[in-house]
Amino acid sequence: MARVEEAGDRDENKEEETSWWSPEAVEGGRGGEGPSGGSRGGGGGGGDGDGGRPDTQPQPPPPPPYSDQVLENVLENVLQFLVCRRDRNAASLVCRSWYRSEAQTRRELFVGNCYAVSPARALRRFCGARALVLKGRPRFADFNLFPLGWGARFSPWISAMASASPWLERVCLKRMTVSDADLAFLARSFPSFCDLTLICCDGFGTPGLAVIAELCRNLRVLDLIENDVEDEDEEVVDWISRFPETTTSLESLSFECVNCPVNFSALEALVARSPSLRRLRVNQNVSLGQLRRLMVRAPHLTHLGTGSFRSGIDEDLNATDLEQAFLASKSLICLSGFREVAPEYLLAVLPVCANLVSLNLSYAVITAEQLKPVMLECHNLRTFWVLDTVGDEGLRTVAKACKNLHELRVFPFEATEDSEGSVSDAGLVAISNGCRKLRSILFFCQRMTNAAVVTMSKNCPDLVVFRLCIMGRHRPDHVTGESMDEGFGAIVMNCKKLTRLAVSGLLTDKVFEYIATYGKLVRTLSVAFAGNTDLSLKYVLEGCHRLQKLEIRDSPFGDAGLLSGIHHYYNMRFLWMSSCKLSLNGCKEVAQRMPNLVVEVIGDRPKDLDSDTVEKLYLYRSLEGPRDDAPPFVSIL
Amino acid sequence: MASYVEDTELRLGLPGSDAPAARGSKRSLPDQDDEAGDESCCRNGGSASAAKAQVVGWPPIRTYRKNSFQAMKTETTTVEPEASGLYVKVSMDGAPYLRKIDLKVYKGYMELKEALDSMFKCFSQGELSRKEGCNGSEYVISYEDKDGDLMLVGDVPWDMFTSSCKRLRIMKESEARGLEFRQ
Repeated sequence: MARVEEAGDRDENKEEETSWWSPEAVEGGRGGEGPSGGSRGGGGGGGDGDGGRPDTQPQPPPPPPYSDQVLENVLENVLQFLVCRRDRNAASLVCRSWYRSEAQTRRELFVGNCYAVSPARALRRFCGARALVLKGRPRFADFNLFPLGWGARFSPWISAMASASPWLERVCLKRMTVSDADLAFLARSFPSFCDLTLICCDGFGTPGLAVIAELCRNLRVLDLIENDVEDEDEEVVDWISRFPETTTSLESLSFECVNCPVNFSALEALVARSPSLRRLRVNQNVSLGQLRRLMVRAPHLTHLGTGSFRSGIDEDLNATDLEQAFLASKSLICLSGFREVAPEYLLAVLPVCANLVSLNLSYAVITAEQLKPVMLECHNLRTFWVLDTVGDEGLRTVAKACKNLHELRVFPFEATEDSEGSVSDAGLVAISNGCRKLRSILFFCQRMTNAAVVTMSKNCPDLVVFRLCIMGRHRPDHVTGESMDEGFGAIVMNCKKLTRLAVSGLLTDKVFEYIATYGKLVRTLSVAFAGNTDLSLKYVLEGCHRLQKLEIRDSPFGDAGLLSGIHHYYNMRFLWMSSCKLSLNGCKEVAQRMPNLVVEVIGDRPKDLDSDTVEKLYLYRSLEGPRDDAPPFVSIL
Repeated sequence: MASYVEDTELRLGLPGSDAPAARGSKRSLPDQDDEAGDESCCRNGGSASAAKAQVVGWPPIRTYRKNSFQAMKTETTTVEPEASGLYVKVSMDGAPYLRKIDLKVYKGYMELKEALDSMFKCFSQGELSRKEGCNGSEYVISYEDKDGDLMLVGDVPWDMFTSSCKRLRIMKESEARGLEFRQ
């Protein structure tokens, strides 16, 4: 869990596709393959090593084809060591030769918005791609703000890939629609395929998984993370039994979200014949007794998702036996699951706590008391996800024990606006006092104060991600009654590395002025029920030069605010605005003035699109123009 | 089809009131942003919405996580009528894609029916009618319950329905007749 979430977050933190979108590239017309960053040809052959600085003495260069070829060979050998896509994007801008070499040596193709470029175009350029990493819907789709069927289908990509090259090895998708047919096609078309990771996707079920299991003989990774996997009851397939009978190459198998009964003997046999298995995350239909047996089969696991963590009916599980299993798992560094945790067994994990780097208890309904003995042993924890049932008291324990904590997420057990709420400003302050190296926090609560947020901003200056969700809409500082402007202002002022921010509570235009003034590195901003006027939007769009992803809901921003971002939208991945004060005319104007922007107006029913007010706006840059798979409730302006 | 008994009588009033409230804002499912609008400063909704009115997608917790606790809450805690949403899939024979709705936001069968009406109107010519003996009806709303049985919507009290409904299916009446529903 933590590994993949980290990977996802890292992508979000690292992305910067501005090199694809430099103004020259865009002005050059959509037909252009890439930036024309000053072709300097193969002039470096003269040997001055400076790559053609204009003021060096002109020397007669060797005939162009020869020097080009040498250069490209050398380049390719060097560029293969460049892995980070930002570095590669930069390298590709140097000249045509570098552009070509880079394109040929890029092995992982990352597309942050699957509609920004067509599969054909992307694969034409990166013909050597062995891995596809695609993101489809934006994050707000997780909260039912996108109607089903909006798009982001994997099919066109996998078809294009099959035509381009048979060497595909890895696919990682986030928020896309993947059908069983797509999975079958994938399994059949790529003999080297070995790594499938699906995060928050939908559209597939156990039949698709069965084909993958059966046909991907080299499968190393099958990670299914928080996908919407639902089968008609009659259609559930025992996909676990479909893995080949022989020894497998499996290194990682995660299927927590595949919520259907598991053929346990098949699973146990699979684990027994997978000697390379290091990461195993099972669903909640695996009981504690069954888990113990799996652990005995696989004592070298590094990552374990424990399933229900509750003994099954008729299962007579001895706590000591369970503890033995954990004692024997000396390599465990990451624990998750605990979906129906029976607290009396929780102490069985004590033997591994000291080595744990990542612990996800965010589905475990436990109290502070139950958490304490486990927490106090987790000295090396970097990542911790927990449910707010542990309360401020539990957070104090975390602060005491986990001095090296980098990431904390506190989820609500009762995800409603008016629930009691067990964590508050006190817990936040405690964390900030104890976990000074904190880099990332997601915190759901019902009560917060500016003072607490300010304290965190000072105690944790390394914060890169700060997401505070005060669940009551427009809720002010519960002590002073003021807006939360000052708290979030302090965060952007004091946390100089901040790249991701989510705000909540009662907020005026002032907080956006702070963000614009100080949040110069912010790339992702989430806004809900905040601000007073268009000024807020104007501040952010004019001040946050690195802004890439802006998601806004239920805030009083209108056309004037929208239009103030015209200079910046090509530098962004997307803008989402729902339940704001936009009108069709304003959105049309943006669409007219920015031909490389796709401006989608989304209605819940087709007839909503006739109205003059725009309920949902989603705009994003694209090299392809309006997509041709838009459903009837989407209008592209 | 069953006629309504007293305690399943559909009323559109806010909880605690007897008179039906004026239907200012549409209640088809994803339009709940109208409800949100009553409380947020960007809309001019006049009426005070019910204190417990839920807003779509708020707090921002994935459905996956919300549904994970559903079973747990009904088992362990005693008081949680305002628990997070209960999302079920809705399929309609002949429609190219499914929808998902949150049963918790409807107060009764009438609202549910109207929501489904507007959601699927573009796919059907006729009305989704459930009235007994109505000749104009083409479709029947059925649901799959906890035991996996296909049941007709409307027979049991609303609360019992929401706690046992796993998914909804809008079927053509011609198909339904073959399934021996109580008429």
